[in-house]
Amino acid sequence: MAQLVSQVSARSTLAVLERALTLYRRLWRASAFSSFIIPVLFLVSIGIGVGGYVGGIGGVDYLSWIVPGVLASTAFQMAVGECTYPVFGDFKWVRAYHAMRATPVEVGDMVCGWLLYILFRVEIAVVVFLAITALFGALHSPWALLTPLVCALVALATAAPTMAFAATIEHDSYFALLFRFVLIPSTLFSGVFFPVEQLPAFARPLAYLSPLWHGVELDRAATLGVSPPWPVAVHLAYLLAFAAAGTLWAFHAFRKRLQD
Amino acid sequence: MSPQPLIHARGLVKRFGSFTAVDGIDLQVAPGEAFGFLGPNGAGKSSTMRMISCVSLPTAGELRILGMDPARDGTRIRARLGVCPQLDNLDPDLSVRENLTTYARYFGIPRAEARRRADELLEFVQLADRAGSKVDPLSGGMKRRLTIARAMVNEPDIVLLDEPTTGLDPQARHLLWERLFQLKRRGTTLVLTTHYMDEAEQLCDRLVVMDGGRIVAEGSPRSLIETYSTPEVVELRFGDDRPADVAGKLAGVGERIDPLPDRVLVYAADGDAATAEVHRRGLTPSSVLVRRSTLEDVFLHLTGRTLVD
Repeated sequence: MAQLVSQVSARSTLAVLERALTLYRRLWRASAFSSFIIPVLFLVSIGIGVGGYVGGIGGVDYLSWIVPGVLASTAFQMAVGECTYPVFGDFKWVRAYHAMRATPVEVGDMVCGWLLYILFRVEIAVVVFLAITALFGALHSPWALLTPLVCALVALATAAPTMAFAATIEHDSYFALLFRFVLIPSTLFSGVFFPVEQLPAFARPLAYLSPLWHGVELDRAATLGVSPPWPVAVHLAYLLAFAAAGTLWAFHAFRKRLQD
Repeated sequence: MSPQPLIHARGLVKRFGSFTAVDGIDLQVAPGEAFGFLGPNGAGKSSTMRMISCVSLPTAGELRILGMDPARDGTRIRARLGVCPQLDNLDPDLSVRENLTTYARYFGIPRAEARRRADELLEFVQLADRAGSKVDPLSGGMKRRLTIARAMVNEPDIVLLDEPTTGLDPQARHLLWERLFQLKRRGTTLVLTTHYMDEAEQLCDRLVVMDGGRIVAEGSPRSLIETYSTPEVVELRFGDDRPADVAGKLAGVGERIDPLPDRVLVYAADGDAATAEVHRRGLTPSSVLVRRSTLEDVFLHLTGRTLVD
């Protein structure tokens, strides 16, 4: 494993990123639309529509309360989306990773190059979303400027293990399990739309396991200018550890798939 | 003294679980040589190629590529190889030119240089007019040519081609062979696998015949024919008589008799003399064809006629 880490080179990692960006240039219009528009639709329908009925939570209006949640969940969903079919397809159908394998590009470069691409995509979506919500008057603290960094951590902590999973499976029907049992429950129960304290006590630890919950709480603390439920360092450490473990798993899964 | 071999293998073995794909082979490939692996499906050709291209590590034995050890210097070796895999792995959503420039970047080639080489290589494989096209609408032959151009983008010391023309129509194959022949004339070292005899005869200076993970013969196409076959072959057809029944009456005509379901092959130094002998024995074949021995005769003799799938 140490050997895999040591083989990552900046040059090859950037070459992998460059391929991803070249591909993205061809379809950015369609993806830009869905990555900005969907969170905005969420805000309008749930923040303003549902918010009109529920009033506020913890002393702030509902829209302001869910903005940081939707922000983190945008990073989360984008990371899952870009690391499932695109990664699986590059093994199974395009065989792009097999093509890279015949060059000086090592598995660590493949993983890190794609993670950089995810960061690029997520940061653009997050910054634009943040600007829109600022116009809605939903940001209450200058700490909100730190939310793109939190979203970057959420993206890494999500993308890395998802890539590893995509590199492990032989058939794309396994993604249905991932969407049903991980993606959707995480989105619904990680404090995006309501506080996890509303969950029955036995279910709360499941929310704490999700990197999304830690990102949501950090983002919320930042946009509202309050303290998160756990110490900031603990939330950050959890996200970092999740990202690091996921990355190592991805290195391992890629190598297993590409080398016999 | 002969120059240091680019590829050197001794007792090379590749096992997958209990299955032995490559069972202790020795080989040397010299600079500038066009070297071929010939063999039926499952003979171990592709497994050997994968070890040479440093994407699969040997289970046992010694392997040196460009004087380096794939287990330790895989990255450095791959930087100097050009690989044209059996399954196309072009990027279907990138343009023809982008496929080359993107790949060039994997070798750390600067962008401007990558564009220059891409244009030059597209010219070489006769795809310059398709540079801006996507890959998907290209024909099978065009995709193969593009894959070969891609394998050349790092100006490799060795180009590895795994079944380069499998699945192509005759026109596309001939165009591809012609391009590969040009490469060979420029002094590029080619290593290829094939199960097409005409391909091996056209392109290879030297080849090994593999069967069941072992090398069963080695030499130039001509020397293999001289060693394992006779100069000529007579193909006899006998209307309604079963070839196997007639074969008994042919004993001693030529050096070897090979009854097939539809005809009998007589291997002989002189085909006309053998034909005369057939008629002298009172046999009346419905058709007689005298031809020169080919690599296919050698191949079938060495690897048998049993179909291995």
